[in-house]
Amino acid sequence: MSFVSDVLAATLRNATPLVYGTVGETYCERAGILNLGIEGTMYAGAFFGFLAAQTSGSLVVGLVTAIAVGLGSGVLMGVLTVTFGTNQHVAGLGTTLFLIGAADFANRLQFRGSQAQATIKPFGIVDVFGVDVLSQYAMTYVAFLVIVPLAWWVLMRTTLGLNIRAVGENPEAADAAGVSVARTRYLALMIGGALMGVGGAFFTLAALGSFTLNIIAGRGWVCIALVIFGRWRIGRGVVGALLFAFVYALQLRLRLIPSLAGVPFELLLALPYVVVIAALVLSGRNVAYPGAYLKPYRRA
Amino acid sequence: MSGVIRIRLEQRPAPARWLGLAVGPLTIVVTFVLTLGFVFAAGANPLTAYRTFIVEPLTSRFTLLEVLVSATPLLFTGAAVAIAFRAGYWNIGAEGQLLVGAIAATWAGTHVGGAPRVVAIAAVAGAGAVGGAVWALAPALMRVHLSIDEVVTTLLLNPVALLLVTGLLNGPWRNPETHFPESKRISSNAQFPQILPDSRLHLGFVIALVIVGILWFVLGRTATGLRLRASGLSPEAARFAGIGVGRLLLGTALTSGAIAGIAGASEVAGINYQLTDGISSGFGYTGIVVATLGGLSMLGVVVASLFLGDLVVGADSAGLELGVPSQLADIVKGALLLVVIALLVLRRYRLSFRRPAGGGVEPGSSA
Repeated sequence: MSFVSDVLAATLRNATPLVYGTVGETYCERAGILNLGIEGTMYAGAFFGFLAAQTSGSLVVGLVTAIAVGLGSGVLMGVLTVTFGTNQHVAGLGTTLFLIGAADFANRLQFRGSQAQATIKPFGIVDVFGVDVLSQYAMTYVAFLVIVPLAWWVLMRTTLGLNIRAVGENPEAADAAGVSVARTRYLALMIGGALMGVGGAFFTLAALGSFTLNIIAGRGWVCIALVIFGRWRIGRGVVGALLFAFVYALQLRLRLIPSLAGVPFELLLALPYVVVIAALVLSGRNVAYPGAYLKPYRRA
Repeated sequence: MSGVIRIRLEQRPAPARWLGLAVGPLTIVVTFVLTLGFVFAAGANPLTAYRTFIVEPLTSRFTLLEVLVSATPLLFTGAAVAIAFRAGYWNIGAEGQLLVGAIAATWAGTHVGGAPRVVAIAAVAGAGAVGGAVWALAPALMRVHLSIDEVVTTLLLNPVALLLVTGLLNGPWRNPETHFPESKRISSNAQFPQILPDSRLHLGFVIALVIVGILWFVLGRTATGLRLRASGLSPEAARFAGIGVGRLLLGTALTSGAIAGIAGASEVAGINYQLTDGISSGFGYTGIVVATLGGLSMLGVVVASLFLGDLVVGADSAGLELGVPSQLADIVKGALLLVVIALLVLRRYRLSFRRPAGGGVEPGSSA
């Protein structure tokens, strides 16, 4: 595998969880909810997906569990931000703290004392095209070929998508037109949460086959930045995910270059985060946030 | 959906006074009921578990002082978060600011060998403040001048700060004697003195209380505090009233970062005497819990940080005595945060449970 195709293949691989997370977060934010629960949802999806796969011996059960965790997280966010109309920042951070705590708690209960780290045999690489760049996990194929077009089509071309955008842009008008603001927002949060859960499970069920503490390492926050970078458009968000993943793949390989051996690899590891912030600065001027962003809706 | 009981919030004619007073105790009770499942999962008796968590730390001098030790970083980060939130600046980056403050404090602490004790300690605390403020600067500038959401930028800089710590510890700062990823010890004249014999309670606790006191005075008793609260309540109105909201936000963000940075200095100089990658166990994030539980008031921050300090000490002994993983404390923190914001809503709204009248077209429901 040449250097270029190696980097490109790794870019697609690294972008996969970000694509799930970014598309999921886009749904929440388009409905008017900033979901800071994403970091915790991805973390819990990664752990409980792994736990279910490990105990049942089935990767599919793991994946379904991650989806269920994501749906649950969406409902929790819905109760807090839609039904109760609480501050979205605090509700999201609380959800993240709670889910990370719950996953670490369960991890401690389930795997304490075991000398060897628990592992599973993860999803294999699909290699049907004979092109090395396209030797990818099935979850990567699904992300790019199914989730992205489907999510775009639903959001932009269906009634549900129209409703989601309407309740995020102008809930009063949507309500007057007979759209249930609450139901639509719950639905968007649940779709978003399910995608985030799957994005987290990618790490344990496909990429690693095991669970480690701090496995998400701020990638949920990266997805939030990517949504803004993408100006709440799915296509642009995916481009952002590819950019982050490209820088990430590149820094892993830069470490192997002898003349860079003196540079602490952590500095290179920080590079993708810094690049995302820089991209926000470059693209972030005069961004039009969804009209109802951060605002709870209550009928007058 | 007909036949389903619909839960709605109805505005109360006046905010419920009784709930304002009861919200603290009620939050704690509801949180513990909601987290019961985790205690059962760990195979412990909930009553014993919660007694170990809450009451036992208060029963001996040693554990009582440990509660104050655990509360110290939370006093700093809680105050840092509260002051920023009051001004309408969503600083979610106290964790990163604390870490960079710890780095700067360690650097100062290893370079002030010959200095008088007072100078050395001031240098360490000052370096922490500068480090934290530096880390808070870029997001604040981006918010004020480019309108880029500070939530995202401050959040993204947290993992970067942690990478900075581990990068230093694995690289140039790796301890030359032990070869562990930990820095050299800071010189002894820079270490915070113990304020009570036979305890780990150190000068940082006093500094934290002084800072909280100053913030309480500035917020409640000065024109700057009034402007800060005004711009937090409504930036548009504040701007209309001639308040320079941009400069105010910048100043608040830097103050908030500096206080979080001193938290890092306090952990380095008061507890660890060196930089490690575990210098913060999420104190920055817990600061958000503290500030919110405390209702963004300084008195509230003191009470909430003492309560969470109690919880942390209790979690350690619950881990040892009952085999309940100490991560239960993290679950409780998250749940506390969620329960308190939900309960605060109930001060102004009441829940009503009703069956929608069958038949007719239901107008868009919006609880």
